[in-house]
Amino acid sequence: MSRFLRHRLFWPAVILAALLLLNLVFTDHFFSVEIKDGHLYGSLVDIVRFGAPLILVALGMTLVIATGGIDLSVGSVVAISGALACLRISDLGDQNSTGGVLGAVVLALALSLVLGAWNGFLVAGIGIQPIIATLILMVAGRGLAQLVTDGQIITVNSSPYKLIGGGYWLTLPFGIIIVAAVLALTAFLTRRLALGLLIESVGGNAEASRLAGISARGVLMMVYAFCGLCAGVAGLMISSNVSSADGNNAGLWIELDAILAVVIGGTPLAGGRFSLSGTVLGALIIQTLTTTIYSIGVPPETTLLFKALVVTIVCLLQSPAFREKVFHRRGRPTSARPAAEEKATVTA
Amino acid sequence: MLKRISALFLVGATALTMAGCGSSDGSGGSGGSGDGKITMGFAQVGAESGWRTANTKSVQESAKEAGVTLKFSDAQQKQENQIKAIRSYIQQKVDVIAFSPVVESGWDTVLKEAKNANIPVILTDRSVDSKDTSLYKTFLGSDFVEEGRKAGKWLVDEYKDGTDTVNVVELQGTTGSAPANDRKAGFQEVVSADPKFKIIASQSGDFTRAKGKEVMEAFLKSNPKIDVLFAHNDDMGLGAIEAIEGAGKVPGKDIKIVTIDAVHDGMQALADGKINYIVECSPLLGTQLMDLAKKVVKGEQVPARVVTEETAFTQEQAKQALPTRKY
Repeated sequence: MSRFLRHRLFWPAVILAALLLLNLVFTDHFFSVEIKDGHLYGSLVDIVRFGAPLILVALGMTLVIATGGIDLSVGSVVAISGALACLRISDLGDQNSTGGVLGAVVLALALSLVLGAWNGFLVAGIGIQPIIATLILMVAGRGLAQLVTDGQIITVNSSPYKLIGGGYWLTLPFGIIIVAAVLALTAFLTRRLALGLLIESVGGNAEASRLAGISARGVLMMVYAFCGLCAGVAGLMISSNVSSADGNNAGLWIELDAILAVVIGGTPLAGGRFSLSGTVLGALIIQTLTTTIYSIGVPPETTLLFKALVVTIVCLLQSPAFREKVFHRRGRPTSARPAAEEKATVTA
Repeated sequence: MLKRISALFLVGATALTMAGCGSSDGSGGSGGSGDGKITMGFAQVGAESGWRTANTKSVQESAKEAGVTLKFSDAQQKQENQIKAIRSYIQQKVDVIAFSPVVESGWDTVLKEAKNANIPVILTDRSVDSKDTSLYKTFLGSDFVEEGRKAGKWLVDEYKDGTDTVNVVELQGTTGSAPANDRKAGFQEVVSADPKFKIIASQSGDFTRAKGKEVMEAFLKSNPKIDVLFAHNDDMGLGAIEAIEGAGKVPGKDIKIVTIDAVHDGMQALADGKINYIVECSPLLGTQLMDLAKKVVKGEQVPARVVTEETAFTQEQAKQALPTRKY
């Protein structure tokens, strides 16, 4: 039992459960999931569906943060990717041609990958602080997205494109399937192969890793490129969901939500350790919170306050130091990884 | 570290300002010429939407028609850029300054500078909260409260025969913004007169399609019976239409929709029968602005508040208006 209590994901899970419980009390039919027009329909489905882009962005962010870095540019990459795809599709003679849409999607993802690699180059190649390096693209990228869309909202009318973020496959929202695939792939690469270990070692001490024979630069380049790609896919989902690209507002502040998701999930900002499942849980908490606000009808004027309260509680509960103080435990619980415990304090 | 961040922000801000000023009209030379031709400095908010772009075009075209030399700057949604642009207009001694304030507050200093330089100021589209109203000559723009009222009146008219309760959901604009506050107030004023109208849910959709869709999805799930949607702009309405279709309902029939703005995509949806009524919020205020500018420069009295000429569209009117819409 106590081991269960001390599990890193115990408290985030409790929060998620509490939020859902709140809905059970205040919202009718919150947990009802039905089949409508051949696909799943319900509030829970909505949470996962609208949370999908955030989960993706947060996954990329997790690996970047695990190396001790941070990527502020994901929101801009989201906007650019959606804008480029929609621009290409709107130029197509037949917007419903699968080949044309596929071309646009590949082009947008390739650009996202390049933008991510650019961040990686600034961080690993030139040695600029990650927060500065990615701030450049965060500011400039928004401008780039507006340049692509010409400051307008580009509306497309393409059913293959619609599938990515707003469509369904085998009754499941297609976005969830993409997220599941990316999550499985990432988990396999980082947890079944040595990649995760390399990332953590670079995050722990880049210089020591290099001396140990790890190509720290290569690892850094790779995680930033991966983060850019994830943001690109999320951008496609967001713009596809509303069949339009909005260079000004798409992905605005998503970088902060993503960082929050990572932190709630128990990955310390100092790097050296990461939890993919924690990140997914963190992103789900954020989306559940948003949906809860809409469904129980928190007035818009107090929405931010409500969010702030919940996030504060989550962060406090995540802090071992705080828990110790409040729950009057005698001495620190013996932990297999004392260093990890200490880092988790930083998290809060 | 912190120093580096702030340094970078500074560099970024400077670059943006330069971009903003760089886009000003290239006519060059000092304004305030003695040949009787009016020079106007116009500080635009940015190019954040189709509405704003149409607004910019209208000002530029009307200036050309009216023979007004226009110096144009784009503030990219940043107040400091706008203040810099206005200061540069004051230095260039233009005859009149017009601008759409990015935010409501913080304009007193720069407006006083303009007043001291004897340059009249006209506010367009958005107002400022300065206590001293002598700082600007007039405010030309839409009456957001009236827009809300128009939407409300349509609703009352649409349901005038029925006695059943009408469940209304509202998608508000960005929390705290003037259009959101005023449209909400105007709508409520009209609708609350009849108890059969019930606003059962009201949330912010941030004026965007994505949020409009997300919030509407939640509304549809927590409120089984929704009769009418009132969205503070077309874009949120367009997002909500997708949510309604996703829930297996027919927008415009199962759930009636009234929105504000009348941008192209919104008008298209109105013509297609997915929206029932759109109250226009017209960006085409260029002609009115030039008339006011001429009067102000001549020293004639102008009313302190001028409302943009605008209308509202039904589905039939949208079909007729669509081919000739400028935005």
